[in-house]
Amino acid sequence: MQPDDLILRLKKKDEKAFERLYELYSESIFGVINSVVHDEGAAEEILQDVFIKVWDNAESYSDKKGRFFTWLLNIARNAAIDKTRSKAYKNKKKNLNHEYFVDILEHKSSFSSKMDAIGIQKYIDILEPICKKVIDLLFFKGFTQKEASEELNMPLGTIKTRNRICINKLREILAE
Amino acid sequence: MNIQEYISSGILELYVCGALTDQENKEVSATLREHEEVRSEVEEIETALQNLAMATAPYNPESLLANIKSKLSKKDTQVIPLQSNKKERILMYISLAASLALLIGLFSLLSKNSQLRDELNKRNAQQVVLSSESESAKSKLTQTQSDLSETQNILNVFRDRSTVKVPLAGQKISPDSYVNVFWNKSGNKVYIDAQGLPEPPEGKVYQVWSLKMNPLAPTSIGLLNDFNEDKNKIFELENPNSSEAFGITLEPAGGSETPTMAQLYTLGAVSG
Repeated sequence: MQPDDLILRLKKKDEKAFERLYELYSESIFGVINSVVHDEGAAEEILQDVFIKVWDNAESYSDKKGRFFTWLLNIARNAAIDKTRSKAYKNKKKNLNHEYFVDILEHKSSFSSKMDAIGIQKYIDILEPICKKVIDLLFFKGFTQKEASEELNMPLGTIKTRNRICINKLREILAE
Repeated sequence: MNIQEYISSGILELYVCGALTDQENKEVSATLREHEEVRSEVEEIETALQNLAMATAPYNPESLLANIKSKLSKKDTQVIPLQSNKKERILMYISLAASLALLIGLFSLLSKNSQLRDELNKRNAQQVVLSSESESAKSKLTQTQSDLSETQNILNVFRDRSTVKVPLAGQKISPDSYVNVFWNKSGNKVYIDAQGLPEPPEGKVYQVWSLKMNPLAPTSIGLLNDFNEDKNKIFELENPNSSEAFGITLEPAGGSETPTMAQLYTLGAVSG
């Protein structure tokens, strides 16, 4: 369920609603940012900026345009991608060649309350290489269907059905 | 449109990822509002992706919240102190009795419904002769059936394992008032059995608050609209909050931003 009441109150600058929405969405948004920048310190900073933007621009969200989560996702991905284009960031990351969210899963040493090591291993095991790539581009990096189709050299329709198959795998893990 | 085909096309996954064009987003959003099964599909997709993303977070960033809040440009917010009242034990028994009475009432309503249905079935048999009469009987039958299914819904919620009952005790302004809140946590819904509240005066409405303690923070979860017209006095409201207590205040029509504590009618903590 999308918390419409909280979103409405957020638009009226209700701090409690903001807090509650932060609790609901901050961890996943933090993950998305971290998957783009691969730098905890930078991810923390960006997360804070993102939620301050959410507070300032809540007016502009409308459920006619999409999900609240997707709206957050767009703000977060844009902020994170901006960061990776900055010069300071490029210098720092010159020697690292991380590409996928999967690298983070594979190298993760601490686990939050909601996710344990076994849960994470399941994600790594169940996703085929093509799924890792498709989800990375469409979800974590914010490619459009068309951009992903060009990047992966796959027809538009294949991107669409492949993405569904991959996300269905994620849903299977949750259903277990 | 074939909904099943629509769902399996993969468009909803692209929608949640934010990979569609503005125009496509608008179309999917509209379809979402019309079709429950599309909405629940989108919610499952969203949950799956959220969980995956959570797995890539270095840690739960709750510790950053205070820092962020200090940077928000804000209106004044206030925290309202609340006096705690400890007559709870007696009131718990009263509310237990009240909820038993409610259940008995529900069962009698069920049996009355089935009587009515029999009667209407009889009338339906006469339909050939008295077609105009049977038309009105048919509409009553539909009404009765929908009443019946509503009653059964409420009964199901009461029986649900994940429903917790929170008795709210009458406060200073109205010590005889009582309310039972049935909180279905899995469905994020609360059912307010407000039979024990007096009828609100003209221009006033009861407002239900979800409360967090320490620090005390009220969150409105809705109004008991059309109180006098509602026969059952059972109101269904959404509650996505992690409530620690519920309170009901009398507010001017349309409700208030923050509760008027002088008009606090009932209050009760969620146990456990």
